[in-house]
Amino acid sequence: MAIIVVDVMLKPEILDPQGNAVASALPRLGFSFAQSVRQGKRFEIVIEGDPTPAQLAEVEKAAEVLLSNPVIETYTVRVEK
Amino acid sequence: MNLDTVSIAKITPENKQPFAELGLKPDEYARIKEILGRRPTSSELAMYSVMWSEHCSYKSSKVHLKQFGEKAPHSDALLVGIGENAGVVDVGQGYAVTFKIESHNHPSFVEPYQGAATGVGGIVRDILTMGARPIAVMDPLRFGPADAPDTRRVLPGIVAGVGGYGNCLGLPNIGGEVVFDETYAGNPLVNALCVGVMKHSDIKLAKAAGAGNLVVLFGAKTGGDGIGGVSVLASETFGGGGSAKRPSVQVGDPFVEKILIECSLEIFAEDLVVGIQDLGGAGLSCATSELASGGSGGMKVALDKVPLRDPSLSPEEILMSESQERMCAIVEPDKLARFLEICKKWDVTVTAIGEVTDGDSLEITWNGEVIVDVPPRTVAHEGPVYNRPFTQPAYIDIVNSQKVNVTIPSTPDEIKAAVLKLASAPNLADKSWVTSQYDKYVQGNTIQSQPDDSGMVRIDEKTHLGVAISTDANANWSYLNPYQGAKLALAEAARNIATAGARPLAVTNCLNFGSPEDPGVMWQFAETVRGLADGCLEMGLPVTGGNVSFYNQTGSVAILPTPVIGVLGVIQDVRTRTPMSFDRSGLDLYLLGDTFADLAGSEWAFLHGERIGQAPTADLAREMRLIELLLAGHSAQLFSAAHDLSQGGLSAGLTEMVLRHSIGATVFLNEVGIDLLSESPGRVVVAIEPDNYEDLTKLGLNHSITITKLGNTGGDSLVINGCVISLDELRIAHTSTFPRLFG
Amino acid sequence: MRIGVITFPGTLDDRDAARAVTHGGAEAVALWHADADLKGVDAVILPGGFSYGDYLRCGAISRFAPVMNLVIEAAEKGMPVLGICNGFQVLCESHLLPGALTRNSDLHFLCRDQEIEIISNTTAWTTSFNVGDKITIPLKNGEGSFQCDDKTLAQLEDEGRVIARYVGANPNGSRNLIAGISNVRGNVVGLMPHPEHAIDPLTGPSAQGLGFFTSILNAMVK
Repeated sequence: MAIIVVDVMLKPEILDPQGNAVASALPRLGFSFAQSVRQGKRFEIVIEGDPTPAQLAEVEKAAEVLLSNPVIETYTVRVEK
Repeated sequence: MNLDTVSIAKITPENKQPFAELGLKPDEYARIKEILGRRPTSSELAMYSVMWSEHCSYKSSKVHLKQFGEKAPHSDALLVGIGENAGVVDVGQGYAVTFKIESHNHPSFVEPYQGAATGVGGIVRDILTMGARPIAVMDPLRFGPADAPDTRRVLPGIVAGVGGYGNCLGLPNIGGEVVFDETYAGNPLVNALCVGVMKHSDIKLAKAAGAGNLVVLFGAKTGGDGIGGVSVLASETFGGGGSAKRPSVQVGDPFVEKILIECSLEIFAEDLVVGIQDLGGAGLSCATSELASGGSGGMKVALDKVPLRDPSLSPEEILMSESQERMCAIVEPDKLARFLEICKKWDVTVTAIGEVTDGDSLEITWNGEVIVDVPPRTVAHEGPVYNRPFTQPAYIDIVNSQKVNVTIPSTPDEIKAAVLKLASAPNLADKSWVTSQYDKYVQGNTIQSQPDDSGMVRIDEKTHLGVAISTDANANWSYLNPYQGAKLALAEAARNIATAGARPLAVTNCLNFGSPEDPGVMWQFAETVRGLADGCLEMGLPVTGGNVSFYNQTGSVAILPTPVIGVLGVIQDVRTRTPMSFDRSGLDLYLLGDTFADLAGSEWAFLHGERIGQAPTADLAREMRLIELLLAGHSAQLFSAAHDLSQGGLSAGLTEMVLRHSIGATVFLNEVGIDLLSESPGRVVVAIEPDNYEDLTKLGLNHSITITKLGNTGGDSLVINGCVISLDELRIAHTSTFPRLFG
Repeated sequence: MRIGVITFPGTLDDRDAARAVTHGGAEAVALWHADADLKGVDAVILPGGFSYGDYLRCGAISRFAPVMNLVIEAAEKGMPVLGICNGFQVLCESHLLPGALTRNSDLHFLCRDQEIEIISNTTAWTTSFNVGDKITIPLKNGEGSFQCDDKTLAQLEDEGRVIARYVGANPNGSRNLIAGISNVRGNVVGLMPHPEHAIDPLTGPSAQGLGFFTSILNAMVK
């Protein structure tokens, strides 16, 4: 069994009001480490066995077509064990 | 797995059971053993513990609430009264309207968004379960002080939750309240009202009739939401420690509920159910025991058939789960196929989990083993009934003997300052920050919504028949005199309906109080119910149902008694409704009703830190004459505008009227300070064409209501006895408060 | 004239759109998301709501509905399509329109009577208006911020494909105050505010939204 993780983030030029809200809230709670915060989505896709190159290509396609909106988002795909 | 079955229970009477942790008292546990003739299984214990909790069984309130039945006025309009999921009223033209208000207070303090969201979800399902299409929601909300840090945590979450769930269901929000008072810090009140409409023939009831009929569970899958929520949250207050008893809050999915609504309505339209119940507090425990109680008597359920989101749940947990968006229907076997088809169309999970039986037992099995075998009525309807002791608390005589002592404005500067102070007070300020997060347009039938005196929706697009609803409460008056406070709130809600030209028909109520174990609180409750029942009888308005929320307190400090009264009325043609305010100059303004020095419990007194004195005495005969006057005036299309006066008195009333369409007004008041600030009940400001003066006078005489000229409309200021307050300045004061407080 | 109104699971303003179609003088035809069948309509409306609960992204799942394959095909052949609010989101996800709708910049759902200016009256849905007409219709959404890259923005502006702009303060952070856009041909229009809720002053802020539903009749007469 493997987990393929797709992380989807808004493109840097797109306004991220949720990320901004988080960044504003942190110092109010006493956390001063953040310069900025961006919020995204994480998909965990469970497959049987280890992923084949063909499967990974399919995940890429799914990420392109469904999991992300390429107009405003970018994604990365990686395998987690 | 160590399954605790009935057979095992019979032979292990000495087993220690955690009845106290589940919220049952020793005498209640003993009674269960008496009913069953043995110790309960752990599943049975779970069922009794949730169903006998205060929230589900009304054990502390039943003895008082029966007054609503005993003192019920005769009403031809009542189709379904107290006892069902919601009351149903005949509004003419073959239409029946169902409405109810409920509370979701404790969960909203713990998790504001989900608490409020699931509160809306729950009340909407109650309306759906009656066979109606839900058509609108309202949300009376109460919070701690407006500038308190915790209010800034709780309010935005609650408002977002009400909006998030209601908007996604496609239900317009047609009104509500936002009230701030230190009494609610730690105990915000989230009351949610829903109204639905159907044809008379569509009315559905919660009864399982007909042995052999199937028990069908449909909607969301069952998970671990809110396990123990009901009995843990509502039967105990929030202590200082808090985290030890961390309840799991229900999480709602409004999309699933929207699908459930459409699916259910199609099922109802094809007459596929014999009875139906929604799963709310106490989940399956409640639905099965109530359906069985309401019907032939018996039911058999295979709990292992319940579709689960979380396969690790034990039978006890499944029975107690409060996963949202689930309904339970009783379906004749030959109708099941079609039922399943409709669920498939809407992609709704559906499973037949049991059947109705003869006899008088609710039997639940788990993989063939009997884990519950109880007489359903003992679970659902024959829970403990407490006659809690109540005594008038010491504070009553003290406060009632004191007199409000506050400065009364008299100079123009003082008048201006007072008007602006009230306009910007959080309880009276413009609430757009809240209401703009609610969809008021969806379904295309909203005629009135915030900030109008009542919400109004059209229910027939051809005849323009409509209904109007208002919710009102005055905790200050209820604190000073719970009996009068209830009557006054009832009168106000009814008056709010009548100002628009709708005739009041029926009442619902949400009674929010502290701990019933406190004799002083219990007295407040007893007096409130007595006042409401007496008031309803006198006004000829039946109580159709409602909700009681006890244990709203932190430690030993209870909230102010807060009975929220909802009144529903009918208007024959919504196009004729009287608007709240005037949109042109040259109209004359009149005050209907008498003004006395009623500052006790007023917003002005509140702003000066005083909550003392004597509440006004309700004169319901006069209130009813005023209502008849308003309706007669509406029929004659006499009023260009009519606005009820309540919190903030005439000052707030005039402020709201002039800002609505940005048309000023010039008024002269005899006793300017008192006239502006008093909150004497039974008063309405009307605007009329000057030519209608004689007709208005006649109405006043015929109904024995005092008519006093105030002034006229026009200009860009509110002018009071020569003191000029520009609309711009008034608007800034009125609209800046909420953005300043909440961003 | 027959105008289809599509219902997805979670669609909310379908009956309101149908009512507006009827008020405008055409016949409203109910279309079901799962049926690959446009029932021979002359135009299609994708109404507002929360289809699929806005799961994943607004309109992201609806866009793959069986009926949408036919809508895309028909739109590419010139059939007029109007997407209102959630419908606009579906059109963007389907790539019938460029750009995307994102979360309102202040994070709140916003329902207000919004003044918009009609910028183009040459699309199938806006011929009843004059350029420069200011109308007040309800805006009600949580994800109404129109975003696109600079290239697309320039294209939309230069090609006259911005069909409506918000007047006054930007209610949601949309680029260039864009409230509605069209495709190149002008038969596909996406509009964020709700004209179907402004067809009668009794129930809305005005009757100024009706123009969208009468325009389409002109389009067919031509």
